[in-house]
Amino acid sequence: MDSHHSYSQVKGVSTGVSSLFIVSYVSSKTINKLIQVHDRIFCCIAGSLADAQAVTKMAKFQLSFHSIQMESPPLVKAAASIMRELCYNNKEELQAGFITAGWDRKKGPQIYVVSLGGMLLSQPYTIGGSGSTYIYGYVDAKFKPDMSLEEATQFSTNALALAMGRDNVSGGVVHLVVITEAEVKHVVVPGNKLPKFHDE
Amino acid sequence: ISLLPLQYDLSASTFSPDGRVFQVEYAMKAVENSSTAIGIRCKDGVVFGVEKLVLSKLYEEGSNKRIFNIDRHVGMAVAGLLADARSLSEVSREEASNFRSNYGHDIPLKHLADRVAMYVHAYTLYSAVRPFGCSFILGSYDEDDGPQLYMVDPSGISHGYWGCAIGKAKQAAKTEIEKLQMKEMTCRELVKEVAKIIYIVHDEVKDKAFELELSWVGEVTKGRHELVPKDIKEEAEKYAKVSNCPSDENLDKVCPSSCYICP
Repeated sequence: MDSHHSYSQVKGVSTGVSSLFIVSYVSSKTINKLIQVHDRIFCCIAGSLADAQAVTKMAKFQLSFHSIQMESPPLVKAAASIMRELCYNNKEELQAGFITAGWDRKKGPQIYVVSLGGMLLSQPYTIGGSGSTYIYGYVDAKFKPDMSLEEATQFSTNALALAMGRDNVSGGVVHLVVITEAEVKHVVVPGNKLPKFHDE
Repeated sequence: ISLLPLQYDLSASTFSPDGRVFQVEYAMKAVENSSTAIGIRCKDGVVFGVEKLVLSKLYEEGSNKRIFNIDRHVGMAVAGLLADARSLSEVSREEASNFRSNYGHDIPLKHLADRVAMYVHAYTLYSAVRPFGCSFILGSYDEDDGPQLYMVDPSGISHGYWGCAIGKAKQAAKTEIEKLQMKEMTCRELVKEVAKIIYIVHDEVKDKAFELELSWVGEVTKGRHELVPKDIKEEAEKYAKVSNCPSDENLDKVCPSSCYICP
């Protein structure tokens, strides 16, 4: 299956104190583009999925080793920095971008964008992929800091539904990952269960 | 037990029949010949004090510092062969810098202490090199983990401490440190006590002039390791001198002219 181009994905929304969401959707149910790199840290992948898988595999190993050396769960920033080092030092060969998001004891929920060339940027919310172009206005208008769990889920699902409605190469199924201090929940929402808008 | 080293002390790669590595023990002797350095951890920071012996009046004041900055938030006080200590401070700096480069945040002190200790230990394994002849105390302050204090010795062991001393007067210094209630003190109070302890353990007969080096890292410095500012240092030294003043009107002890405290 063609896995070389990034599908429309809406990424992490931080609700403030206790939780964080990561959401993505794919054209095939068999591909979940949310890779777990540690207990409370996930990466959304985009670009060449082969490159992205190779990078996350390496990052997962390095992060696991780092966490054991530190004798504590890793910081989200550390995970993002590892991804950044891999992307920057191999920028000639790689074509993959990431959104690293998760929860750590020090700063709570965080989102970091690691772009193609190796830029690292912290954001309260972020979107990526081909379908993201259609929903910049929506997320900028509708995002509020310190949303509750339910509000943030609704926000993400709406944004995705809108993008999937307009972008012809996006669609199918929505993968939602909710990360809190206590647990990680993975929810799958099929396309026909998404909220309906006026874009038909 | 072999009391004489015989031929078991010629290289670090040889054990003695009673299970000792003499080269490492000799390295520790080198530390014991050096003047004292102490580090104390309090409620909101860490304070270092070093008794820096001045061997010649011709030396520029402040030369041959024994307190180093390893990273913004980490300081190192050393005792032993100063050249060995300088080389280790460079190693520590590289470790801290590489960590930040790879993981994007300040290196936790325990990890830094472990890494440098591992490096020091490596030099105790081979006959081609000699062990480092210095011990050092590492201190840092972080908002989340609070103040931390670790000491590494030439064998490559590191321990976490509330207060520790290295160098020739380490026993006397430890006795004084144990008297303090450091867990309840702030850095400002502790600075004066550290200066006092250095003045107490300084042996006026054997070693003449000395310079006191004081540094701290804590809430008071917003997490940055710095030398104690001049005015606070002067106040601490004054307190130290007055506390150690041997003259006492009540006991009719006159100020001895040979005392070094008041010039």
